[in-house]
Amino acid sequence: MTLSQKKMYSLFFLLPAGIIYFTFYLLPTVMSLFFSMTRWTLTKWTYIGFENYQMFFEETSLRIGFRNTLIYAVVTCGLKVILALLLATLLTSKIWFKDYFRSMVFFPTLLSTIAVGIAFSTMMHPTQGVINTALAAIGIPGPDWLGNTKLALFSVAFIDVWKGVGIATVIYIAGIMSIPQHYYEALRIDGGSKFRSFWHITLPLSRPAMNSVIILSFIGGLRTFDLIWATTRGGPGFSTDLIASIIYKQYQAGFYGLATAGNVILFIGISVLAFPLYMFLNRREVEL
Amino acid sequence: MNQNKFLAMLSCAALLTVVTAGCSQGQTQTTGGTTPATTDTKPAQTTDSKPADSKPAEMKTLTLLTGTTGTAYPALQAVAADAEKKLNIKIKFDIKPDGTEGDNLVKTRLATGEMSDILFYNSGSLFQALNPEENFVELTKEAYMDKLLDSFKQTVSSNGKVYGVPAGSSNVGGIMYNKRVYSELGLSVPKTWAEFIANSDKIKASGKTAVIGSYKTTWTSQLYVLGNEFNVQAQDASFVQNYTGNKAKFATTPAALRGFEMTAETFAKGYMNKDFLATTYDNALKMLAEGTGVQYPMLTSAVDALAANYPDKIKDIGVFPIPSDNASINGFTVWMPNALYINKKSKNVDAAKKFLDYLISPDGMKAYMSKSKANGPYVIKGINVPDDAYDAIKDMQTYFDAGKTAPALEFVSPVKGPNLESILIEVGTGQKSAADGAADYDKDVKKQAQQLNLTGW
Repeated sequence: MTLSQKKMYSLFFLLPAGIIYFTFYLLPTVMSLFFSMTRWTLTKWTYIGFENYQMFFEETSLRIGFRNTLIYAVVTCGLKVILALLLATLLTSKIWFKDYFRSMVFFPTLLSTIAVGIAFSTMMHPTQGVINTALAAIGIPGPDWLGNTKLALFSVAFIDVWKGVGIATVIYIAGIMSIPQHYYEALRIDGGSKFRSFWHITLPLSRPAMNSVIILSFIGGLRTFDLIWATTRGGPGFSTDLIASIIYKQYQAGFYGLATAGNVILFIGISVLAFPLYMFLNRREVEL
Repeated sequence: MNQNKFLAMLSCAALLTVVTAGCSQGQTQTTGGTTPATTDTKPAQTTDSKPADSKPAEMKTLTLLTGTTGTAYPALQAVAADAEKKLNIKIKFDIKPDGTEGDNLVKTRLATGEMSDILFYNSGSLFQALNPEENFVELTKEAYMDKLLDSFKQTVSSNGKVYGVPAGSSNVGGIMYNKRVYSELGLSVPKTWAEFIANSDKIKASGKTAVIGSYKTTWTSQLYVLGNEFNVQAQDASFVQNYTGNKAKFATTPAALRGFEMTAETFAKGYMNKDFLATTYDNALKMLAEGTGVQYPMLTSAVDALAANYPDKIKDIGVFPIPSDNASINGFTVWMPNALYINKKSKNVDAAKKFLDYLISPDGMKAYMSKSKANGPYVIKGINVPDDAYDAIKDMQTYFDAGKTAPALEFVSPVKGPNLESILIEVGTGQKSAADGAADYDKDVKKQAQQLNLTGW
C-alpha cells in the first residue's frame, strides 16, 4: 500500500466523525457567535452589534452572575481539592472496612443532582428541616441556609462539595496507588515519620491527580446549573444566580440573542480562566 | 493522560444525550402530530362542505396543549368529554409545564412547527410575545365573537385581529384574608394603606402572621405591585400609554412606585411569617385556611385551590382590594382568563373552531363550571356567576357592579419584564430599597420591549 492510499483510507474513516463534529459542534459554535449579535425570535433576527454583550455587563441582574460564579467555582474547587486529598490519603492507608468507606464516599456521585438538590432543600428548610431541628435540639438556632442572602451561595457550594468529592477522591486514590512503594520504603529506612511520607512523597507525587481534580472541579464549578436550579433557582432575588442560570432565565424569557451572548461570554470566560490554569499546573508536574 | 480520557468520555456522553433527545423528540412528534393527521385528513374534507350543525360522520381527533395547575385542566376535560358525544370531536390532551418553563416550551414548539392543534395559554402580554399573527388562526369574523366582552377581546388581539376565546372566569388580585380571625380580633376591611398597617399591627400583636409571604414560589412576590394597578390608573390615567411608549417609569411615577414601597414596608415591619423564603404557595394557602396567617396578597384563582383542599374553611375566606392612600380610590385589578388559540399550521382548523364555539356556549360553560367554579365574573355575555359561588367571589361583585375595576397592566401593555418577581424578592427581603428595585425593573422591561420591537425603545 502506498503512502497516499493509506492517507485516503484513514481520511475516509474520519469522515463520519468529522460530519458529526461539524454539524453538532463547529457549525453551532459559529452560528452562536453570529446570533449573539442579534435580537432573535427563532424565526426572525435583527443585527444589533455588541448591544447584547453591553447589556450583559451593564445590568446588575446579569452582572451579579460573574461574581457569584467565580466565588462558587473557587470555593467548591478549593474544598474538593483539600477534602478529597485527605479522604484519599485515609482510604489508601491500612484501615478496616476500607472498601466499604470507599464506596460510601463515592456513593453521592451516583445520585441525580436534581434529587440531591431537592433532598437538601428539604433538609435545609429553616423551621421544619432536619438540620435545623437537630441544631435546635442542642440549643443552637440554625440559620435559613438557602434563604439567607449571604449564606445561600455557600450552602449550595457545600451540597456541591458533598456530592462531588467522591469523584475527586477516586482520582486521588488512583494517583496515590500509582506511587511506587519503594519511595515509602526508602523513607522508612531513613526513619521518616508518617507526616513526612505524606508531605514529601504522597503530596508531590500525586500532583498529576491533583491537577485533574483542580481543572475538572473548577470548570465544573464555572458551569454549574442543575444544583442551583434544584435548590434556589438563583434566589432569593439574584443572590445565588450563576452565569449558567442567568443564561437559562434569559432563554426562558425569550431573549434568545441575549441568552446566546451569555453563552459566548461563559465559553470565553471558561477558556480564559481554565487554559492558563491548565498550563500553569502542567508545568509543575514531575515525572514519577 | 487522565484529562484526555475524561474529555473523551464527556464528549461521548454529550453526543449520546443529543441522540436520545433527538429520539424522544421524534416520538412526541408522532404521537402528537401524525395520529390525528392520518385518521382525519379525508373526513376533514368531506365534512367541510356540510353545514355546521350537521353531525360529522367520523370522529375527529384534535390535540390540545395545556398546563395542569388549578382546575382548568379537569374543566377542559369535562368539556372535551361532552364534545366527544355531541360534536364527534375527540380531544387528546398534550401536557406542558406551567410558568416560565411552559412559556419556553410553547415558544420552541411554535418556532419548530410542532404546536398542537389548540393551545391553552395566557392572554395579555404573554400572548403578545408569541407573535400571534404568524402563529394563530384569526377568529375576528366568527359568529360567536359578539358574545365576548371587548375588555377581554383586546387581550387576545393583535393589530385589531382577535385570536382567542376565554376558558374560565376572570379573577382579581387583592388581599385575601381570613374573615374568622378578622372578626375575632374585631377588625374591619381596610379602605386605606394606613388602615391596613393598623390592622396588621393588631394581628401581629395577637401572635399570628399578619401578612403571609410565600417567596419560595417566586411569582407570588409580585402581587402588591401588580394588584396596585387599579390605584395607579385611578390616579394617573395616562400611565399605561406612557409606560408602553417608554415615557413613564415605575421609579418616577409615585402611584406606581407605591407597590414597591408596600413590598418593602411589609418586610421592614416584620409582618411576614418567619420562614417566608422557604414557604410555598401551597403552604401559604394552608396558613390562610387555618387562620395562622391572616392576610395574603394573592389572585382569587387561589379560591379554587382553597375550596378543593379545605372545603370546610372556604366560607372563612374573603378578599379586599390592595388599599391606596386615599379611601375614595378603592377597587380591584382584574386578571383576564386564559384563552384557547388555534394553531395556524393545524390540519383541523374547522373542527378546532367548532370546539371553541362549543366551549363558550351555555352547554360548554355548564360542563366547564362542573369542574371549575367561578373565581370572578365571566367575560362571555349571558354567562353569570352562579348563586352557589364562594363568599370571596361575592365580595368582588359589588366592585364590579360599581365599575371599580381596572385590568392588570399585563393585559393592556405588552411590556412586562421577566425579572419582576426576583427584583421584588430583593426588595421584600431588604436587599434593595423600593426605589432601587423600581429603577431596576424599569431597566428590565427594556429587554422585552426591544425584543417585541416596540416603537420608542
